[in-house]
Amino acid sequence: MIPAMASIILAGVSVEFPVFNAASRSLKNRVLSVATGGAIDRRVDGHVIVRGLEDVSFCVNEGDRIGLVGHNGSGKTTLLRVLSGIYRPTSGSAEIHGECVSLINISLGIDPEATGRENIRLRAAMMGMRPNELREQFDDIAEFTGLGDFLDMPFRTYSSGMQLRLAFSTSTAIRPEILVMDEWLSTGDEDFKHKADRRLREIVETTKILVLASHSRELLQKNCNRILWMDHGRVRMDGPTNEVLTAYFG
Amino acid sequence: MLPTKTGVLAEAFADISAALKKHHLATTFSWQDVAQRYRRSRVGAFWLTINMGVLIGALGFVFGTLFRTPMQEFLPYICVSLIFWGYISSSINEGCMAFIGAEGIILQVRMPLFTHVLRTLYRNAIILGHNILIYPLVLLAVGRMPTWDVLLALPGFVILSLNLLWIMLILGVLCARYRDMTQVMQNLLQVILYLTPIMWMPRTLPEGISRLLLDLNPFYHLISVVRDPLLGELPSATSWMACIVFAIVGWTVALLLFGRYRHRIPYWL
Repeated sequence: MIPAMASIILAGVSVEFPVFNAASRSLKNRVLSVATGGAIDRRVDGHVIVRGLEDVSFCVNEGDRIGLVGHNGSGKTTLLRVLSGIYRPTSGSAEIHGECVSLINISLGIDPEATGRENIRLRAAMMGMRPNELREQFDDIAEFTGLGDFLDMPFRTYSSGMQLRLAFSTSTAIRPEILVMDEWLSTGDEDFKHKADRRLREIVETTKILVLASHSRELLQKNCNRILWMDHGRVRMDGPTNEVLTAYFG
Repeated sequence: MLPTKTGVLAEAFADISAALKKHHLATTFSWQDVAQRYRRSRVGAFWLTINMGVLIGALGFVFGTLFRTPMQEFLPYICVSLIFWGYISSSINEGCMAFIGAEGIILQVRMPLFTHVLRTLYRNAIILGHNILIYPLVLLAVGRMPTWDVLLALPGFVILSLNLLWIMLILGVLCARYRDMTQVMQNLLQVILYLTPIMWMPRTLPEGISRLLLDLNPFYHLISVVRDPLLGELPSATSWMACIVFAIVGWTVALLLFGRYRHRIPYWL
């Protein structure tokens, strides 16, 4: 099999959410006054819709390390979901070539009553790891957690640092072509932090495309070669890291 | 822009075949669902068996007496009926929640949506597996020997499950969009429980009541194809035909609906 080039092409992408229970005007008004986010509209059939993204177009090629910036409600999460193939745009098109994994909530799928080992299995399945891949990697993951005999104890007995170690080790064992991350994962004590940072850097280097949403200027500067600035569901600026970051952070 | 009919079907097929290819997901999560409920309990998932056993004993005694049916006949009947009704009704009930309940997963990771329907069915099949253990015990208690006909319950179980899957798929989609549907279904299932011969036997129907009450009830046919063989009878050809037609028509509707609205489901959650 010839390895295909990974790429993402968004053309005129808009995303509109129906809000079925916002029928009353008062509620609508409340939403209007609170939302810093997308535009709120009433469709012909009476449903209230929230426009999360509006006419977003850009191309991502292999080697792109994209940073997403924008205020709360500017459409970052919605965009991440479009890029991971969770939301299909309500208009426009999104072509995503390549296997995509999103590291958004690294604790998803964890069962507090199950042992560490069982949770590695559960979490790995959630990440889309095949059973045979998991078998190969299981020992590595278990070792990376550094939890030793605690792996046979229920997850709920772990300290929060230990819980993060387990979730992190499993979630980052996968090497996707396209990686979508909401915030950099920083974890645990100093000792593990170094290990974790090394592991993250390794992923960033091996994935063909990285999309990272973050509020940290330093982090974006270190990891990205291109920044998208989202504002009210639109791309406000798209360009080289330093240029956009200077405009955004001032 | 409305997609064409073939496009809709292709969409549905793509999702379902992806889910079947990754069926380890559905198996892993469904075992997990059952395990999670009974962790830290000594008897574990066998509480299911115990609960069902108690229910069968109690209802068997009450209704057997009421209908003046010999226990030797009534106890196996109500045992098999309740076990499989449990499978049918909780699959359908939980099918309504298949997508709503998996919101966290659906909005975070890309996974075939049909996986969540499969997971719900597998979970109930695992529970059924625990409950069915009561069946040989009941046979033993009333001193009846199973016949080879029992084996016919297997194809019956397959056609029943195929039918449940499309019902769950349709309900999963509808309930994600219209949240009231879940309540409607719960009520409907309550009514069906009494309309269908589950706690009563078909032959206890009083004279003058038409057999149509049975023949027009799809749930009668669905339960008959598994229940009859387990009670040493051959299921009627009518029941089998009804189940097959039901499956074909149902799946066609389900595929069209699922294909058409599959990509809208995340927006509704």
